[in-house]
Amino acid sequence: MEAKVSLDMIYAPSENVVAREVQGEFIIIPITSGVGDLEDEIFTLNETGKSIWAKLDGKKALKDVAGELSQEFGAPVEEIEKDCLGLAEELAKRRMLVEVK
Amino acid sequence: MLHNGKMKEDSYITKQRIDKASLWKGKVLPLARLDMELTERCNNNCLHCCINLPKDDLEAQKRELSTGEIKNILREVVSLGCLSVRFTGGEPLLREDFEELYIFTRKLGIKVLIFTNATLITEHLAELFSRIPPLEKIEVTVYGMKRESYEAVTRTPGSYEAAFKGMNLLLEHKVPFVVKGALLPQNKEEIDEFEKWAAKIPWMDKPLSYSMFFDLRCRRDNGKSEAIKNLRITPEEGLKILTYNRETYFKEMREFCSKFMRPPGDKLFSCGSGRDGGCVDAYGYFQPCLMLRHPGCVYNLRDGSLKDALENFFPEIRKMKSNNPEYLNRCAKCFLKGLCEQCPAKSWMEHGTLDTPVEYLCRVAHAQAKFLGLLQEGEKSWEVEGWQQRIREFVEKES
Repeated sequence: MEAKVSLDMIYAPSENVVAREVQGEFIIIPITSGVGDLEDEIFTLNETGKSIWAKLDGKKALKDVAGELSQEFGAPVEEIEKDCLGLAEELAKRRMLVEVK
Repeated sequence: MLHNGKMKEDSYITKQRIDKASLWKGKVLPLARLDMELTERCNNNCLHCCINLPKDDLEAQKRELSTGEIKNILREVVSLGCLSVRFTGGEPLLREDFEELYIFTRKLGIKVLIFTNATLITEHLAELFSRIPPLEKIEVTVYGMKRESYEAVTRTPGSYEAAFKGMNLLLEHKVPFVVKGALLPQNKEEIDEFEKWAAKIPWMDKPLSYSMFFDLRCRRDNGKSEAIKNLRITPEEGLKILTYNRETYFKEMREFCSKFMRPPGDKLFSCGSGRDGGCVDAYGYFQPCLMLRHPGCVYNLRDGSLKDALENFFPEIRKMKSNNPEYLNRCAKCFLKGLCEQCPAKSWMEHGTLDTPVEYLCRVAHAQAKFLGLLQEGEKSWEVEGWQQRIREFVEKES
């Protein structure tokens, strides 16, 4: 399933997943069916994904998330916006993120 | 994005199968796995069972952990990094709060492996497992392919129909499950039928496993233990089952022998019991493994924590050494350790001690070793010198 995402959109973690940090690994565990691809798999986020996920609070638009991270990491905002869109697309298509309207 | 001086990686998210992926990259989790025996009670009354109490045993029920106590343990499980818990019993579905506990556990982000006889799986539960998947295949033990054989083992009228109805509900709702067999005189002629039937279950991705070298009663209620002894398959019969697929057996044994064959010495615990996991019994005692209920080896969680047991209690247990001359002259010197189920738990169930050789298990290990060519007729494994050479030759031999 393709998910259309844009920088104006606001996302929050789905209630159908649980995120846990175990031994430095950031893991997303599906709770209900229809999340992810297969029933016996879990998902790990890389460092970039982890930083973005922590800011997806259902209040800030992706562009604001990118702005905050740009300041924190001292990286070009355009690049971080690309990361935010990439991650949101990957997670939204797996129904791990929900759009907040 | 810049992270530790590195530009962004290729993919933000990676799928992992936690049982196969080296997710932790060599890091050790304080608690990697936990068995939770939700009850010792069962709605079946199987001839061979090492633990079951009657389903309406009110005394046992009163002593069981409450819903709140189990939830507290599960919260600690999360804090210790554990990702998977096994719910077993008795029959875990017998608990009235099973559904509440199951949903609670899954919402904590823990996968749940359920061991069940499937007789209590209702439309409602199958739908729940479909909607909130356990993320581990449910494991169902099957006691026979015919009503007569099945219920001769379970001694519970109606259990055959209930079990197959339960499994059909799982199939209808596409809830992944696998089946296992328990081989008894009552059903041992049905292996071929069982194998053919099981092969049609879509999630059977490994050869069928059978329990047949039955454990005696874990609580040492010995009247029942004597009855279980009479149901045990002979080592020779067991060998026939183990070598049902000869090629696979030899392949697995070569791999296994290359890793696990050596005399254990005087240390009692040569397995991983209590190192990064254990079993919580129905009454809140934390044991190094599911079977070891020796009073000196269990930790009362009602007065402590999983963390304390893992850090302070189990390491002391794991240091225990044998001082039984019989054990030291046999088991401690035996290179068949990898083939033999002798361990403190089995010794406890069999003899009430932690280090007495269990003759039956010794005979099973010797039968296998002879079949594999590791022992000659009449040889005793603990007397063999140069056992390393025998293992080497066996491992390197072409099948």
